[in-house]
Order: sequence, then C-alpha cells, then structure tokens
Amino acid sequence: MLYRDSGQFKSTYEDDRAIFPIAQDRYAMLALLAVAFVAVPILGNDYWLRSIFTPFLIYSLAAIGLNILTGYAGQVSLGAGGFMAVGAFSVYNLLVRVPEINFILALVFGGLVAAAVGALFGIPSLRIKGLYLMVATLAAQFFIEWSFTKFPWFTNYAPSGVISATPIDMFGWKVEESWERYVLALAVVTAMALVAKNLVRGSIGRSWMAIRDMDVAAEIIGIQPMQTKLLAFAVSSFYCGVAGALWAYLYLGTVEPVAFGINTSFQILFMIIIGGLGSILGSFLGAGFIILLPIFINIAGTGLGLNLSTAFISHMEFIIFGSLIILFLIVEPHGLARLWQIAKEKLRLWPFPY
Amino acid sequence: MSQAAWRNISIGVSGFIVLGLGALVIANPGKIFFSWTFFFEVLIGGLLAGTLYSLVALGFVLIFKASGVFNFAQGAMTLFAALSLVRLIEITNSILLSMALTVVIMMALAYVIERLVLRPLVNQDVIIMFMATIGMTFLIDGFGQLVWGSDVYPLNLGIPQDPFEVQGVLLNQFDLVAGAVAALLVAVLAVFFQKTRIGRALRAVADDNQAALSVGIPLRHIWFIVWTVSGLVALVAGIMWGTKSGVQFSLALIALKALPVLILGGLTSIPGAIIGGLIVGAGEKLAEVFIGPLFGGAIENWFAYVLALLFLLFRPQGLFGEKIIERV
Amino acid sequence: MQSSRKAIGETLLKVENVTLSFGAVKAIQDVSFEIRRHEILAIIGPNGAGKTSMLNVINGAYHPQHGIITFKGQPRHDMDKHEAAAMGIARTFQNVALFKGMSTLDNILTGRNLKMKRGLFAQMLYFGPALDEEVEHRRKVEDIIDFLEINAIRKTPVGRLPYGLQKRVELGRALAAEPDLLLLDEPMAGMNVEEKEDMCRFILDVNEEFGTTIALIEHDMGVVMDISDRVVVLDYGRKIAEGTPNEVRRNQTVIDAYLGVSH
Repeated sequence: MLYRDSGQFKSTYEDDRAIFPIAQDRYAMLALLAVAFVAVPILGNDYWLRSIFTPFLIYSLAAIGLNILTGYAGQVSLGAGGFMAVGAFSVYNLLVRVPEINFILALVFGGLVAAAVGALFGIPSLRIKGLYLMVATLAAQFFIEWSFTKFPWFTNYAPSGVISATPIDMFGWKVEESWERYVLALAVVTAMALVAKNLVRGSIGRSWMAIRDMDVAAEIIGIQPMQTKLLAFAVSSFYCGVAGALWAYLYLGTVEPVAFGINTSFQILFMIIIGGLGSILGSFLGAGFIILLPIFINIAGTGLGLNLSTAFISHMEFIIFGSLIILFLIVEPHGLARLWQIAKEKLRLWPFPY
Repeated sequence: MSQAAWRNISIGVSGFIVLGLGALVIANPGKIFFSWTFFFEVLIGGLLAGTLYSLVALGFVLIFKASGVFNFAQGAMTLFAALSLVRLIEITNSILLSMALTVVIMMALAYVIERLVLRPLVNQDVIIMFMATIGMTFLIDGFGQLVWGSDVYPLNLGIPQDPFEVQGVLLNQFDLVAGAVAALLVAVLAVFFQKTRIGRALRAVADDNQAALSVGIPLRHIWFIVWTVSGLVALVAGIMWGTKSGVQFSLALIALKALPVLILGGLTSIPGAIIGGLIVGAGEKLAEVFIGPLFGGAIENWFAYVLALLFLLFRPQGLFGEKIIERV
Repeated sequence: MQSSRKAIGETLLKVENVTLSFGAVKAIQDVSFEIRRHEILAIIGPNGAGKTSMLNVINGAYHPQHGIITFKGQPRHDMDKHEAAAMGIARTFQNVALFKGMSTLDNILTGRNLKMKRGLFAQMLYFGPALDEEVEHRRKVEDIIDFLEINAIRKTPVGRLPYGLQKRVELGRALAAEPDLLLLDEPMAGMNVEEKEDMCRFILDVNEEFGTTIALIEHDMGVVMDISDRVVVLDYGRKIAEGTPNEVRRNQTVIDAYLGVSH
C-alpha cells in the first residue's frame, strides 16, 4: 500500500521526464545511495568489499558501456574487453610517465583514449551491420590484446609483461584500503551512471535507439548514421576504458592484457542480455547476477555437503550461464530490468490485480 | 556517405597499409628469410590447414542457409563431437561403434536444440537467435567438459601423419587427407542439396520459411535434419582437428576463426566457405612467416579478422554471397 | 475547396526527366512533374508503376541515374537522406517504419531531432540548457499529439499499438519535423472505413492549418478524387497523365491502363 503514484500529479514536463517520477522511488534511491556510501564501507568486511562489491561496481560500469552501444544503439560488439584494456594501459602509461597527475584526470584520459580507439574500430559500422560488424569488433579485441602483449613500450618494458598498478594518490588521499577503493569506485560509477542515464533520455539517446530500431527510417528523418554510430562507439568505449582502468587499479592491482580477453567481452555481453538490453538499471542487475552466480554455486555445493572441484564449478557456471541466456531470450528478452519493472507495476496496484 | 567516396577512402586506407608494410620490409632486410621453396611450403601448409577452417565454416553455412540462424555454437559442436568420439573410443575400444554412437549423440543434440531453442524462438530477430547460439555455445562447452572431462585427449584413427617431399617442398600426408576429406564432403553436400527431395526443401526453407511452410514443407523436420547434418560436419571437422592437435578446449575457439572465413566466402555459399578457409589458412600462415617477424610474431591471432575487415569494406556480401539489397 | 486554405502557390519541387533503374529493370523512365506550394498531389498507378521509387528519389533514398530534382529553387542530381530531411522533406512509409522499442512520445520527439541543437556535454548534465530545450520541444510534440488525438497512447511502446494507430504515430513523427513537403506512402493502406475517414481529415487539416505541401500515394480512388488538388498517373515507370482529379478520371489512357482494368 506504500507504493502508490496516486496524488502525485506531474504539472510540468520537467517532472514528467525525471528519472524517478514516483516519489517512493526517489526515496528508495536516496536510501540505497546512503547505504552504499556509508553503511557498506563501515559494516562490510574486507572480503565483501574487495571481492564482491568493488568488482560488481566496475563490471556494472563496463556493462553500461556495452549497453550504450549494443542495447541502445543496436551495434553488437565483442570488443568490450579490448576497450577496457585500452583504458587500463592508457592510465598506466600516463601515470608511469607523469606520476604527479591526479588519478581522476588519468581516468578521463584513459577513457578518452579508449573512446578514440573505439571510434576508429567503429568506422566499419557505417558500412556493415549485425554479424558482420561483430567480426569487426572481434578484430579490435584480438588486435588490441596482441598489441599490448607484443609492444613492450605499453608495459614500460616490464620483463614479464605483467605490471603492478602504481599507488593512487588523489589530493593527498592515498587510496589503499579496501573500503577506500570501494568508495572511489562507487563515486565514479554513480556519477557515470547518472551521466549515461541523462544521455539515453535525451535527443542523443533517441537517435541511438532510432538507429537501432530502424536505421533507414532514422536516416530519413534526418539522423546522420555516421555521427550517431561513431558517437555510440566513442561513448561506449569511454565507459569501458574507465572500467578497465578501475579494474586494473582498484581491483586487480596489476595491469595485464589477459585480464581483458575475449572471455571478458563475452561476460559483459551476458551481463547486458541477462540484465536487460537498453537499460541502465539492467546493467547493474546483470553485473550483480554474474558476479554472484559462481559464489552461489559454491555456497550451494558446500551447503549440500559436496566437495566440488574448481573444474566442476567452472563447468557448471558455463552450463548455467548458457541455459540462462537462452531462457532469458525466450522468456524475457528485456532481461531482469523488465522483470523488476513488472514487479513494480504489480506492486503499485497491489492488492488489486488490475 | 556516397558509395564513391567510401570506395576512395577504402582504397586509400588499404594502399596506406600496403605501402607501410612495404616500407617495413625494406627497412628490415635481415629479419625475413625468403626462398621460393620455403614460400611454397608455407603456402601449401597454410592452404591445407585452411581446409580445416573450411570444414567448420561449412557447418555454419549449412545452418545459415536453411534457418537463417548464425550458429555461433558450431565450434562448440565440433569440440563436443570430437570429445564424445575420443572418450567413447576409450570406453568401447571400437572406433566404428564409437563413431555410430557419436552420430546418434549429434542427432540427439540437434533434436534438443530444435525442440528447446529454435522452436520457442522462431520468427525472432536474427540477433536474438544469434545470442541464443552464444548461450548454446556455453551450454555445450560446459556440458561436454562436465561429462567427458577437460584434458587434452590424443585422437588416433590411423590417418597417416608422415611428412614427405615433392621437389624439395615438405608436405604432410595428413594435410592431404584433410584436403581430400573436405573435397569429398563438399561433393556429397552438393549432391544432397541439388539432387535430393530434402535438399530442395532445404533450399526452399532458406529462401522464405513462411512460403515453404505454406506449401507444406515441415519446418521442424527440416531444422532437425540440417542441424544433424551440420553436427556431422562438426564431427568430421572435430576428427581432423583432433588428429592434428589433440582433442582439447581450444577446438571450440576455432569457431571464432571460422567467422572471418565466412565473411570472406559469404554466409550462404558452400564453395565460399571452402575458398574462404583456404584464403584465411594460407593468408595467415604467409603473413605470420613473412610479415610477422617485423612485429614480433603471433600476428596469426588477429590477421584473419583484419583481412576480413578490410575485405568487408570493399565487398560486404563476401566473395560468393548474395548481394544485399535494401528496400525502403 | 475550403475557404481557409492557403492559395496554391509557386513550384516547391520540380522533377525533371528522372530515370531510375536497378540493373536491367527500369523503375522510373524519364518522368517530369512538379509539386506546388500548399497543394495536395496524389501519385497513382497500378502496382509496380514506380510510385514508391519516385518518393524514394525525392527524399534521397534512391539516387536516379538521370534527371534533376529542384527543391525550393535548388537543383540537385542526388542527395543523402538526412540532407533531404534537413531541407524540409519528411515522409511516411508504406509498411510502417516506426521505432518499435520506443514510446509514441519518443517516436514523435525523434522527429524533432534535427531541430535539437544541444551538444553532448549539455546533455550529459541534463539540467540546464538541455532540459530547457527538451521541454520546449516537448510542448510542440504535445500539440501534435493533441492534434492527432493520440493522448491516451502517449507512453505506450509503439510495437504494441494496432496498425491504424501506428500509421497515425508515423504521421505525427513526420509532422514533428515541421516539413515543407510531406510525402505519404499509402497512408490509408489496410485501414477500415472509419480509420480512413480519420486519416483523410488529418491530412486535410495538416494541409489547411500548417499549409504543408503534401504528395501522397494512394490506391483508394474515392479518397484520391476527394482530397487531392492534382493527380499524377504513373504506369510502368512512365508518367501517362497529369491534371485535376476530374481531368484524370476522364483521360482515356488512364482508363485503359488502370481504371478500366482494375475497376
């Protein structure tokens, strides 16, 4: 009975275009942010902060990036991992060569480099679509991985090709502890998620969706496919690039190409399919799902008193991911986000069925 | 952008790449060893390795032609077929019996796919179907390794693997066998498609599945048959790859290499799959040996994709594919 | 006709000697005609006469091999689709071409994209200039929604709407661009009598209230004769007649080629 929009009249178009037009949603979101920024770092233990919350946030950011490209602009990409690598290596190289620079600026730089590379590999999208384009993004993925392995300049001539991330120092704040890393990731992800939401609800977002839904019609109403698609590639890669840098600096602590392989690209694609194509919320839900699933299998196994081998768990993960992807595509192609929306609609009318 | 402008840009980019490579070759005289005998050895080795790509690509083309589904799981099916075979041989100690059992397994797989994936998704977007096959890939990979194990299993069906020499060029008997098998398979498939009743039905379904339905072609039947056939093609490909490099997880990754092959050959053309495979096989070996040293090697990993990418800019429909006409 | 209408004026668009072929198939052969400001021009002809191809040439979707198209006094041989849109040509499609994943409101708002100038950074912030612009255009779009009487489906994803309403939303999207020339490809195909009457009224109202010039393709001769000022008849890619509805109706070539056969 608490969740109602009756009595909340939107008297201006500004109100009508708000992200959360219903007051209860706004309060819930504020509460969630308060918990995330205050309660979690205070109450969460080291393992949860380091191994679950931080990677969850960073994966969510990468998923938002891919969702912009694939979910909103309709360009399927298997190159997300590659663009994450570009971000991570750009930030590393900047910080190694110019150590005094602020970490946030370095992140922006990493994102911009990734955006430029993304736009470059997005050029074929002007001519080719769908499956063909996917092959082009695979070319990006493998080419980028190879470049970082083969050219020692990128790794600053580190002998093994694996390099440790430099310590982060922001305005004298040394980001070392797990909770500090978590809070930094949370701040970046919150800000960027908000920006993404703003983009997709404005005219740029509409032109992306127009190209996705029917490109010929979009062109005929004056949307320029070149600008629109390249912008989608650039913005998407910016997000992936920042996510890659955060992954290296806040989660792994090392910068290495294998962390951003083709499997990462697949994982991120799965997140947005399960979470919901064309939904910012879905990016978070999908990332959470994919982070939690292996942990859940493990716990379920131990709970049943089984001693599961890592190989078994990883094979089960494959099977469950695969089945879920198919299941979601058949039952709810709009993913978890749509299920959430349906649940909210039901709740609004509860206890009445209609 | 107009077609002409696009063409000019493409030519410019490619010209730039060729010139750059030329300059690199001239600037690094010591790094590359070249002789014609060696060149032919590499070329022939590449062509024959390419037939293995062709075999995987062939499975893709069959399914794409008959159901419009771009089956990403073809590589997973290849691995699954090879794994089943190799492990069954260990259990039964009989190659023939294991072959027969594997064929039955692939038919069962085709049935399950048709029943649980294709049928519920009929008439969905191409891209949704494609993502479903990515899901299938993971499902089949996970299931196969869960049941059959995930080590490297050597496969020996008695195919000779000895090297021999023709006019100073070293060849491997196995590669020749692989080439012959691919040729035979294509011939059989061509007869199947052109001369049999089922083949005609398949082509009708490929053209327009609604129209085919309305003249009484049982769509589900056809899908089951075509997925079985490409399951068998996967088995052949799996046997060849398995013999060459052992049955192991990396087989599934060959599916990715088959993608550029398809781009080159065109998604709907059987000869295209073969020739595309040969071009990719020969191209990447030649590039690796003669250009690779300039960049520190391992350009095999991406060469095929970049080749396909450049090719796409000039001829989006592939060498033998049908021209894409957009209607408004 | 109606007294409040703006008088038909000078030439808005002139098509001269246009020829379009696909390989050996000649879709349009040496066709010339003109569209005058504020008029409603109907293009009719049997199936395969080249009507849709003609619209595609006018808005830049197809590039003709020969001929010149002069729009607002600027002659051109061919142009890109979005250029045509920028110059003030909007259209609807024979098979509805809406953005299926978007709501009615967003579809029509997308029609105003060309007029929305705020850049990436303003939109990233959302509050401020981008929001002002958004609200300003929303007002215009709400006018169109009122005009087309589709208020109730404002937030419904268009994929869920019945065919007749989809056609109406598509008209709304074209109108949102405030075009000088509106091309309608079979706006009433597949509609029942009531829906056709509604659509006729909207077309006439658009022409009357906004003074928009309209070129439409239609198979229903009753509608064509009722609402159009002039008619161009195509057959096998050639123009066989042009004139007022009454003239065309009496034209022997037209009767032979088209009316006499099919009606």
